[in-house]
Amino acid sequence: MAVRRLHPEQPESFAFSAQNLAWAKREMKKYPKGRQASAVIPLLWKAQEQYDNWLPEPAIRAVADLLDMPYIRVLEVATFYTMFQLAPVGRKAHVQVCGTTPCMLRGAEDIKQVCRRRIAQTAHEVSADGDFSWEEVECLGACVNAPMVQVFSDTYEDLTADSFEALLDAFARGERPVPGPQIARTHAAPAGGQTSLTDVPTATKPGKSRAGTRKTPSKASSKA
Amino acid sequence: MLADKDRIFTNLYGQGDSGLKGAKARGAWRGTAGFIKKGQDWIIDQVKTSGLRGRGGAGFPTGLKWSFMPRDVGERPHYLVVNADESEPGTCKDREIMRHDPHLLVEGCLIAGFAMRAHVGYIYVRGEFIRERERLQAAIDEAYEAGLLGKNAAKSGWDFDLYVHHGAGAYICGEETALLESLEGKKGQPRLKPPFPANVGLYGCPTTVNNVESIAVVPEILRRGAEWFAGFGRPNNHGTKLFCISGHVERPCTVEEAMSVPLRELLDKHCGGVRGGWDNLLAVIPGGSSVPCLPADHCDDLPMDFDALRDLKSGLGTAAVIVMDKSTDIVRAIARISYFYKHESCGQCTPCREGTGWMWRVLERMARGEAHKREIDMLLEVTHQVEGHTICALGDAAAWPVQGLIRHFRHEIERRIDSYTANASADDVRLVAAE
Repeated sequence: MAVRRLHPEQPESFAFSAQNLAWAKREMKKYPKGRQASAVIPLLWKAQEQYDNWLPEPAIRAVADLLDMPYIRVLEVATFYTMFQLAPVGRKAHVQVCGTTPCMLRGAEDIKQVCRRRIAQTAHEVSADGDFSWEEVECLGACVNAPMVQVFSDTYEDLTADSFEALLDAFARGERPVPGPQIARTHAAPAGGQTSLTDVPTATKPGKSRAGTRKTPSKASSKA
Repeated sequence: MLADKDRIFTNLYGQGDSGLKGAKARGAWRGTAGFIKKGQDWIIDQVKTSGLRGRGGAGFPTGLKWSFMPRDVGERPHYLVVNADESEPGTCKDREIMRHDPHLLVEGCLIAGFAMRAHVGYIYVRGEFIRERERLQAAIDEAYEAGLLGKNAAKSGWDFDLYVHHGAGAYICGEETALLESLEGKKGQPRLKPPFPANVGLYGCPTTVNNVESIAVVPEILRRGAEWFAGFGRPNNHGTKLFCISGHVERPCTVEEAMSVPLRELLDKHCGGVRGGWDNLLAVIPGGSSVPCLPADHCDDLPMDFDALRDLKSGLGTAAVIVMDKSTDIVRAIARISYFYKHESCGQCTPCREGTGWMWRVLERMARGEAHKREIDMLLEVTHQVEGHTICALGDAAAWPVQGLIRHFRHEIERRIDSYTANASADDVRLVAAE
């Protein structure tokens, strides 16, 4: 269990933007009548995204009011699930370093050292310029691409201390580095080339499918 | 080695189009309506004959699980819930399905939903998989547009709605009843069973929870025939399986192989072998962090399947192979796993809430050698006090890696204690709180 408490300094109020409110209303319709409480995690997550990637106490109340839930039930959810940041995080990047055994075996400790040196000595502490913060998290589910970090919605994989420093430099310049493996490698395929699926009859020719690969994900993600 | 023509996830590495057009070109959505017209019993019977065992870790026969759903739909609707809360350290297979072959999952949901007489399905994706969730949602949107979901889905005569839901970073929500609690908008704390979800599940209605991979392989099983799937692997361990190999191999990867593939072949063919050669192997964790580790001398002719690994007092789990070479600090590696369970315990049952932290703290001391040898047996005893004394299996999952460590590497813990004692001096003495 992790003991998590609300931040001592809280804003006066929180309100969903018109766009997010409309989204929330649609989200609540996914669940049967009277079961709108099911939407509590997606709504809290949207609130966090809207409020500079952390979740203030008035947002918890706002979600409770919207879902017709007692405040304490939503507060319970917000403190139970560790992806809800209960304190402010870095503006440009909040780095979540996976430190669990598969990443640890491949050098997650080096990544944490870089965080301590460049961002802040302790986790959840925002850097002096307010741009960065970091924390160690439990397994992020990209173990064959270890070590890896997640920054907001994207993962950066197959890191070394050097390539991670380069990533931080890019974030500091206000850029959004290309997510995924930071070495020459396609997703979860072995580095250096596939050992399987080299002879798939139904797939399009390798040259063509490559070009397709690049286009499809961006299309898919822009749609979502 | 499994031939490419026998692989189900033919876009595993995203080398082709993951959208509907590409998926259809690879064979997805072919004959779906025909399978549904053959009826629930035929589908369940095919899945039973194929020998498919759940891919989420426990290996429970999938067809049998589906047959537990009530045969008649009463006042309470039936639900299909797909467990995409992939969080077991070492495991990253469902991620590849959701981002590169999502249509196999969507098609599987329709078939499975029909087989258990459910008109609604929810896919519970772990919160961290944000891009994967977007990709899956895009596939579902495409399917709705093409008439493959919704009213008269895929012209099968069955109405089926499918929704993506997500969590927010709690490993425990991978436990099926915790997942249902979370889906209902509560803290993810497992429920006491019975009643089982097939009777009282989501919103108190009959529900079946299945892993992503279990659902996604079903359409191909029906297309190619149950005998084809049952043709791979040793008896009782059939089919193809996604393996995730992480840790100290030359080239870690996720790959689909036949069940019962020898460990060494798996590592040599797909991962470039153990870093520094086979003789440099110290131990493997064969099925994700919750199964006991196996030392190198067990690994020479080891078939990777449920029964072979169970016989060695380990398990196939999610087939997430974590390889450790001789440079590994094995005590620290297992201590880190203990920390994981301490962090992820939901806090509901005392043996787990207190025991996970206790085991972690003792292991941290043992990693430094700062312990008594009698504490090794005390630790072992505590693992048995936690195991089997909690509502869900997280307590067991926290106990097993520690038991595996003591079973196979007791000598290493003792060596550290000896070395620490030999080098101790009175200057270092500091008082620490008793555990």
